Amino acid sequence: MFTVRIQAEDFDAAAEAAALTRGRSDVGAVVTFTGLCRDDDAPGGAPLIALTLEHYPGMAEEEIGRLLTEARGRWPLIGATVIHRYGRMVPGDNIVLVVTASSHRTAAFEAAEFLMDWLKTRAPFWKLEERQEDSRWVAARDTDDEAAERWG
Amino acid sequence: MKILYFAWVRERIGLDGEEIELPAGVRTVADLAAHLKQRGEGYSYAFENPRVVRAALDRKHARPDTPLGTAREVAFFPPMTGG
Repeated sequence: MFTVRIQAEDFDAAAEAAALTRGRSDVGAVVTFTGLCRDDDAPGGAPLIALTLEHYPGMAEEEIGRLLTEARGRWPLIGATVIHRYGRMVPGDNIVLVVTASSHRTAAFEAAEFLMDWLKTRAPFWKLEERQEDSRWVAARDTDDEAAERWG
Repeated sequence: MKILYFAWVRERIGLDGEEIELPAGVRTVADLAAHLKQRGEGYSYAFENPRVVRAALDRKHARPDTPLGTAREVAFFPPMTGG
């Protein structure tokens, strides 16, 4: 089962992982990655109050679907779930979930990392940081491009 | 053609989207960005560094030299920062 959901609501990582293995006996490895809104981006600066995630409806689902197809061509996945939230999030809130299931751990680990690396540079989402004095759009990071490029 | 704007491209232009008639000679994504750039102050600010602005044609990533072809929806946005 391969699923992409773009939603405002929170998600339950454990329930999503359980859904991928329910009723089957061929899954040997499940990797679950959760990305959270955190407050350590600007040491010494004003604390982060919230992040607002804007997205391109339609393309966000389709692009992550294309990333899943790419991952399935590279690793023998049995299932995967990607959930990305949009809207306003405060530090501690969940933002993104990637769950991969495979017979063996290497495929599950690598596919989860690949999906996150590519998602960060290709999925149409943009973060607006809200701090005490101002709000600004988060700039893309070269390190994210490098992380995506290493997969070739 | 339907044009959509996101994040700071949307804020600078002051619109989240619009319908425009493509003038003759606008063939690629870069041509369209150059055409939009001269439509006013907000557009000029949004496209001040066109190399930074990304585009999608019918919800697929496109490059500056991608022909617009028969695309119905074009989107312009900053580099993505999700995840």
